[in-house]
This record gives sequence, structure tokens and C-alpha cells, in this order.
Amino acid sequence: MITLTEAPFDPGALLGGFCRERAETGAVATFTGLARAEGGQARVLELEAYPGFTEARIAEIAEMARTRFSLDDLMILHRVGRIAPGEPIVFVATAARHRRAAFEACDFLMDYLKSRAPFWKKEHGPDGARWIEPRDQDHADIARWETP
Amino acid sequence: MARVLLFGPLRDLAGWRERTIEPAPASVSALRALLASEDRELGEALVGPGVQVALDQVLVRGDAPLHPKAEVAFLPPMSGG
Repeated sequence: MITLTEAPFDPGALLGGFCRERAETGAVATFTGLARAEGGQARVLELEAYPGFTEARIAEIAEMARTRFSLDDLMILHRVGRIAPGEPIVFVATAARHRRAAFEACDFLMDYLKSRAPFWKKEHGPDGARWIEPRDQDHADIARWETP
Repeated sequence: MARVLLFGPLRDLAGWRERTIEPAPASVSALRALLASEDRELGEALVGPGVQVALDQVLVRGDAPLHPKAEVAFLPPMSGG
């Protein structure tokens, strides 16, 4: 399930729901990303998406993960709009028969969401606003999955 | 009538996020040239590093012809999570 939402969410409640009614899943892994305060430099984070296109691109990323790691299921929830420091931005859950696939799929999904999913992030702080560009580390992270 | 969408820093640079152009230019490159003729700085940014183009919500590489109701989005480097 892929969801974009403007509303804050409770990662614990999402995990509880995701684990329910599973007979053959042996492992669930999750990742929750939070908005950092950056020592007071970030007051609000503004996340922009391209409605329709963003969901479709995330669905492609999800399908890659589902196939590559033979997942039973996955869930991606991503905030858009204005996000305060300390609030969750993204929640990813993966379900597989065994733990390694669940862990790795979670890692894979986050690397792709970071720099391949159509989101643009603007940080509003006391000295004005700035757009956040993907870091070299984000590109290096994704390259780990693309080398044969 | 082509619909043009700008995202992220491109939107701030141009001072608009969405506009329509009548009649639709013949191609993505013709659209880019038209926008550059109105706003040189935006024209340069549209061919800047990592900027991708989506035509009717599908990524296109290089040039592509536009139909009369095309939706063209200019997508600067993405940053999620």
C-alpha cells in the first residue's frame, strides 16, 4: 500500500496494523524517518510531490523491491506539505518469510525513496528557506543496489 | 493548449508553478526555447544538472513532440524521505 498524506501519523499504529493477520510472514522490518530540528536551523520542512506521477513512480520502486526480495507485502507512507521537527516524514514496512529479505528490502526502498521518488524538500529556518539537494551519500547509497 | 508544471527550486526561480501555453509548442525543445526567450535564467535552469522532463506523467529523455494538450513537467533533482 502506498499513501501520500498531509496529516501527521503514528508509526506504532501503522506497524501494529501491518503485522496483523499474517500466517506465512516470518519477518517484518520497518523504517521511520523523522524531520530533524538541525539545532534550530529547521523550523518547518515543506515537501512537494507531483500528484499522480509521484505515486506511480513509488509504485514502480515498490514493485522492484517486491520482486527482488520476494516480499509478501510492503507499505510506504510519505508525508507531503508542511512538517514540524520531530514529526515522522516517511514510514516503510516490509514483510517476508525471513528477516534478511525484510531488512534489505527496507534499506533498498529508503535508498530509492531518497533520490528516485519525485519529492522536493524545502527547509524553512530563521535565516530563510533553502531547497535540499540530494547528497553525494544518497547517490552512493543507491549505487550499492545497481552494481551487478 | 500545453500545460507546464515546475517543481522544487525551478518554481521559486520562475515565480510560477503552473501555466498554460496556447498553442502548444511543437516539441519539448521548442517549449524550452519559448520559456528561455521570456526568462533567460529559467531557460538555463531547465537544462541544468539533473533536471528531468515528464511528458503526460512519463519521463522522457532527449526531445519529444508535444500534442495539443500535453502536460510537461520539469523535475529538478529529487529529494524524498
